[in-house]
Amino acid sequence: MKTHGIVFKYGDNVDTDVIIPARHLNTSDASELAAHCMEDIDQSFVGKVKRGDVIVAGRNFGCGSSREHAPIAIKACGVGCVIAESFARIFYRNALNMALPILECPAAAQEISAGDEVDIDFESGTIRDVTTGRTYAATPFPPFMLELIAAGGLANYLCGKGGGR
Amino acid sequence: MNMTMTQKIIAAHSGTDSVAPGDLVMADVDLVLGNDITAPVAIREFPKFGHEKVFDRRKIALVPDHFTPNKDIKAAQQCAAMRAFAGEQGILNCFEVGHDCGIEHALLPEKGLVTSGDLVIGADSHTCTYGALGAFSTGVGSTDMAAGMSTGKVWLRTPAAIKVELKGVPRRWTGGKDAILALIGMLGVDGARYRSLEFTGDGVATLSMDDRFAMANMAIEAGAKNGIFPVDSRTLEYLREHGARQPAVFEADADAKYESTVEIDLGKLEPLVAFPHLPSNTRRAADARDVTIDQVVIGSCTNGRISDLRIAAEVMRGKKVASHTRCIVIPATQKIYLQAMEEGLLKTFVEAGCVVSPPTCGPCLGGHMGILAAGERCVATTNRNFVGRMGHVESEVYLASPATAAASAVAGRIATPDEMEGGMK
Repeated sequence: MKTHGIVFKYGDNVDTDVIIPARHLNTSDASELAAHCMEDIDQSFVGKVKRGDVIVAGRNFGCGSSREHAPIAIKACGVGCVIAESFARIFYRNALNMALPILECPAAAQEISAGDEVDIDFESGTIRDVTTGRTYAATPFPPFMLELIAAGGLANYLCGKGGGR
Repeated sequence: MNMTMTQKIIAAHSGTDSVAPGDLVMADVDLVLGNDITAPVAIREFPKFGHEKVFDRRKIALVPDHFTPNKDIKAAQQCAAMRAFAGEQGILNCFEVGHDCGIEHALLPEKGLVTSGDLVIGADSHTCTYGALGAFSTGVGSTDMAAGMSTGKVWLRTPAAIKVELKGVPRRWTGGKDAILALIGMLGVDGARYRSLEFTGDGVATLSMDDRFAMANMAIEAGAKNGIFPVDSRTLEYLREHGARQPAVFEADADAKYESTVEIDLGKLEPLVAFPHLPSNTRRAADARDVTIDQVVIGSCTNGRISDLRIAAEVMRGKKVASHTRCIVIPATQKIYLQAMEEGLLKTFVEAGCVVSPPTCGPCLGGHMGILAAGERCVATTNRNFVGRMGHVESEVYLASPATAAASAVAGRIATPDEMEGGMK
């Protein structure tokens, strides 16, 4: 599993209110949510983002509300991975539960710049900044999490294993 | 055994005698909560888990509170989907606007649906509120909610703990909201990330249940997984009064391990305000008197309870909201609304020039019933002041206690409650 794309860079404490403002939560349709992703901190994001692109941010990405609409919106925009120094815990669960790959890697989060081209290999946890030639090692996902992401999220993963009750 | 209250509750729900920080466990849940924003996503995911029926129709609570009374057609569709699912599944605790409803985190304790020792997950980040009752409760997303409804289980990583030692007695006009704002100011918005906040110390006994609810409610604003209070006679009395199930009282071991300890002297608290755009940007309200304001919101899952309304009314009685300021008061539940009516609090608010809203989360998350225009400033007793939280991205939210918010409404600027005692109109 890999992704390859251009970096959109943000700061610390990117909260779920700016990832998808609550005024748009009267729907849970992924494409409708995607149309407003990041609009309160970056109005140009939705117009520019392409499949496989990567969000890189600072500490505590996804803090605030438990709205799963946040990772749903990011994923539906085509984002292939979010890299951050750290993630807020509910966002972390939500992202993986709906198969949006996210990597905690402080060095990569600090050094990679907006507009850089990056290659990410999820099996090995390797992040390569093609623009600068630097490589970073994030902790790779354990096999079950790679399976869960490949299955499309927790529901599909557990369903394949008999529902888990 | 070296365990904190949180760790003991997690162990007891995971069929094991002991857990340590970092341990991954599959835990049984006592209650799964969702609202009109998060439940529709969970309901869509639910069939994928392969069970036709929910694991226990008594242990699910569905509360339409965020965009209700329905603010638009899409919001109405979301409530309709939730209502239909509750009907199909025979879910007992699906509430309805007007009947017996309110803001979820005020409503569930009021209905006696949470007791000490419970393990609760809710698809709302402020589910941590029930820690005030000595329960482990934490916010999750909609997929976890769906999994919980289907299986009755949730996977958890056992959190390490931060001990919050409370001492002293709060002075007049200060209380739980000032204490939690002070703590978030000390820890920062990610200072307790993945940790539990274990409140303890002599000061706990001086805090009302409503103060404790407000404090546990905002544990998430320091990034915490949960916040939890010890169970004392006040907790047990609250549970009895509200018809909760038999409590299971867990106490931290004397040698429980804490990553760090933070001390808060309640007796030294001053009215605080969290400036935009983080709950950790706390300052003394007394140092912010030059901030003029367009709106005040008194309500929410943090501070819409009866004692919050009582103190706000006490500040506002016989006074008028400043002519350039709008004040919106939102009793958190129907029961609180009625009680506030019977006590004459609503009369005080209306005479002062406030508008009294039906119970709703409404403006707190920029949903409806009090949205801010570009450049407007609001003092709110809510819990978040992120960019665009209550409306336009160029609007600002200042978080404060009900007393400080009420004083600010009268002054038309950030004010301290004691300023209102000198006969100021």
